[in-house]
Amino acid sequence: MSLLTVDELTVTFGGRGRKESRAVDGVSFEVDQGQVVGLVGESGCGKSVTSLALMGLLPHKGVTVGGRAEFDGTDLFTMSPSARRDLRGRKMAMIFQDPLSSLNPVVPVGVQVTEILERHRGLKGGAARKEAAHLLDRVGIPDPTRRLKEYPHQLSGGMRQRALIAMAVACAPRMLIADEPTTALDVTIQAQILELLKELVDQEGTALLMITHDLGVVAGLCDQVNVLYAGKVVESAGRRELFAHPTHPYAHGLLGSIPRLDSPRGESLKPIRGSINDRIAWADGCAFAPRCDRYEMGCLTGTPQLTEPRAAGHQVRCVNPVLDDAKAEEVPA
Amino acid sequence: MLRLVVRRLLQLIPTLLGLSVLLFLWLNRLPGGPASAILGEKATEADVVRINRALGLDQPVHVQYWRFLKRIFELDLGTSTQTGQPVWDEFVLRFPATVELSLLAILIAVAVGVPLGYFAARNRGGWLDVTAVSGSLVGICIPVFFLALILKGIFAVKLGIFPSYGRLSTGINATDVTGFAVLDGILTGEFDASLDALHHLILPSVALASIPLAVIVRMTRASVLEVQDEDYVRTAESKGLKRSVVRGRHVLRNAMLPVVTAVGLLTGSLLSGAVLTESVFTFGGIGSFIWTAINGRDYPVLVGFIMFIALTYVLINLLVDLAYSLIDPRVRVH
Amino acid sequence: MSVATKTDKIQRLAELAATKETATGASLWREAFRRLKHSKMAIIGAVIIALFIVLAIVGPYIAPYSPTAQTWRGEVFPNRGEFVGARGENWFGLDHLGRDLFSRFLVGARQTLLVGIVATTIGLIIGFVIGGLAGAFATLGGDTGKRIDSVIMRFIDIMLAMPSLLLAVSIAAVMGQSLTAVMIAVGVVQIPVFARLLRGSMLAQGTSDYVLAAQSLGLRKRRIVLSQVIPNSLSPVIVQATLSLATAIIEAAALSYLGLGNPDPAIPEWGVMLTQAQRFFDNAPMMAVYPAVGIIITALGFTLLGEAMREALDPKLRG
Repeated sequence: MSLLTVDELTVTFGGRGRKESRAVDGVSFEVDQGQVVGLVGESGCGKSVTSLALMGLLPHKGVTVGGRAEFDGTDLFTMSPSARRDLRGRKMAMIFQDPLSSLNPVVPVGVQVTEILERHRGLKGGAARKEAAHLLDRVGIPDPTRRLKEYPHQLSGGMRQRALIAMAVACAPRMLIADEPTTALDVTIQAQILELLKELVDQEGTALLMITHDLGVVAGLCDQVNVLYAGKVVESAGRRELFAHPTHPYAHGLLGSIPRLDSPRGESLKPIRGSINDRIAWADGCAFAPRCDRYEMGCLTGTPQLTEPRAAGHQVRCVNPVLDDAKAEEVPA
Repeated sequence: MLRLVVRRLLQLIPTLLGLSVLLFLWLNRLPGGPASAILGEKATEADVVRINRALGLDQPVHVQYWRFLKRIFELDLGTSTQTGQPVWDEFVLRFPATVELSLLAILIAVAVGVPLGYFAARNRGGWLDVTAVSGSLVGICIPVFFLALILKGIFAVKLGIFPSYGRLSTGINATDVTGFAVLDGILTGEFDASLDALHHLILPSVALASIPLAVIVRMTRASVLEVQDEDYVRTAESKGLKRSVVRGRHVLRNAMLPVVTAVGLLTGSLLSGAVLTESVFTFGGIGSFIWTAINGRDYPVLVGFIMFIALTYVLINLLVDLAYSLIDPRVRVH
Repeated sequence: MSVATKTDKIQRLAELAATKETATGASLWREAFRRLKHSKMAIIGAVIIALFIVLAIVGPYIAPYSPTAQTWRGEVFPNRGEFVGARGENWFGLDHLGRDLFSRFLVGARQTLLVGIVATTIGLIIGFVIGGLAGAFATLGGDTGKRIDSVIMRFIDIMLAMPSLLLAVSIAAVMGQSLTAVMIAVGVVQIPVFARLLRGSMLAQGTSDYVLAAQSLGLRKRRIVLSQVIPNSLSPVIVQATLSLATAIIEAAALSYLGLGNPDPAIPEWGVMLTQAQRFFDNAPMMAVYPAVGIIITALGFTLLGEAMREALDPKLRG
């Protein structure tokens, strides 16, 4: 049985006089124990909103969450707010994109680590501080006892993200959600942080839901990949299968728009034209149609369903999928 | 920390020098010149000539300015034309009353304004929010002296709940120790005097508190609304922390930063408001004194007061900066 | 694929795409104006201001009596505390000299508006020049420019260190007692506010990409400042000007309360009327209430509109 089952999740903003907009439009996926699952897509595709909805961190007013999300046998959306609060930080934790703004600037790093230990593990005073230093040490922050007294602005970008990771793993959660954890960091630091995440997940058997737009991150980390477009999963497959046979034109285009060293000289990149704003409502047809090279009239007859045109477990939401393997990509190691 | 204090104090010097130049020029521009400034409007021709010579007005301007500056440094602000007493002594005598009034006013403003602004923000769009915001908008628009008049008319004259003028009732025995009436009563054990003084303070300080209160409510509200949406509050929520910890440590603490600055600036500007409020309640502090000085064209008092108040204002700002650097670690490093 | 179906396809796609809300390329101000029209605060404020302006224009013509004639002199006895309140022929009652308060109120609106506008204009223009110079020097003047800027700002700090009321008192003292003195005094008090605001706004603009781009294109500095930086720094200044109209009217009332107002009691002005009335407050409170309510509501109108504008223009407060 999977650890997290998300079923037809919808998130709608607005209402009460304002124009409604649906950020997540029926997303379903599963995360197994100890598995690393990627949610991939451009900004605005609904991936961050999905993660916030799962954590229960969306604002209460002006947001409607629909569908079901079952975590560890309990339904997240019917839980009482206080039960959810108990769950957060203890069983499921989150790492955010911008480590500077995600840390409270006027509270010492140490307090920001110990407060979660006090809350969920009942540690106090010296014991909490000792454990906090241990945690910082574990995520690779040198001289942890001194760092505990420092403020976020005194730490480097990489250190801050390490500190946030320390907070997230403080209670050995069953699942970790990482929302673009490396986007705000330097390239060299990015690799270190990913390495650290991989290590922690492997050691503890923690499941990781990785939210990213970066296919490099997916290639290096994820077991299972869900590609999101305009609030819906358009393709879902294992990492190797997806990189070998990207079948939805959008996923195909994403992979085709990455520069590769081994592509023949003179062959140009194939960017996807337009932006995520050029879309139509899913109810009318495929939201990607306005940007799609393979678009035909059949794309405009209602929402395309998920099918498995290529292999079992490789789901694609497209009426005209890419099935020829002429441009198959190398499977990354 | 010490370096910050020293640097800020050094920065004061050009400001105060500039102010003294302006004051000096102003004094020379007054109708009738400095002679009548010192003697008042009833001066005779002979007096003016005598004073002009005594002041060295036949000397070049820079010499005159130097003398003026020297006198300020010696706290020799001249003699009040109304009371015939040295201006400095008059200030020292009346200052505690105004400080008492201003402190109580700012205390009321903070004690009411911060919680009101906070809960208004928490219930954005609710009845409390709408009331607080519209109330503070109206509050800013009511002239202080009119509010003082209304309060006095209703609570002192009509209902008789509060005294309508002065700092102490007649017949109360109060020993003067520090000049702060409430404090004196506590020090000497004359608690009835303390209570009586407090009784006298309430109406004027409520009137004086109106504008700072309105500003603090709006400021706290805006600040809380902004901080509520910060990423670090979301992080705190993601850690499953208790609501009280999220709100206290992560929202309120950060939201208070701009409010602290505002409180300092407001305290400085209270001194102007005190002039208006004290005159309505004939309170006997610096405010009332200045009001009579303005009406009696008592220029030595006015010059002294402007210099005095500018210094207070600047010092309060310095204190605010220091306080700020204590609460916000980001400032401390620089 | 035939040409017809291809056109069909594109057409059908365009139809579906058009039903979606497309990103508007409206300018900041147009966007702000659109929001203002939906803001209750802005509408109430604008209505109050409009009424006040109409009153200021037509007031003297619709006043039932002369504002200065002491027609009912024999009916009020300030010494004995006997006054005449609202009645059929005098809607607001009489003042201490037996003049019709309603007529004085109507005529007084004009002076009050005049004080507010002239004072704010003085503050705005001088503050604009000072702040604009400081901002221009600071953003594009290099190291020398920064030094000039810091000298200018020190001067502004001196002005700020003076409590506004006393600054006004000092100016009125030099100029003697007159309405002009009050207007100048209240205006001068506003100078540092405008100067700091414009400079701050220009500094923020000065580091923005488009200014750097304009510089790298080799545009003349004066042109960058005049055609790019200043126009983009204006919105907070315009908001402040609206708010300042309210402050100016209140400060003018305070000055006249301090005895520095218009010495000519024949020309009614709300601040002066309020000051005259406060002496008789215990016996005839309504005499003070009419002009005071006039001042409060007018100030509220400008404050509401200014605050609504500030909210409409502030991207952080949107939503």
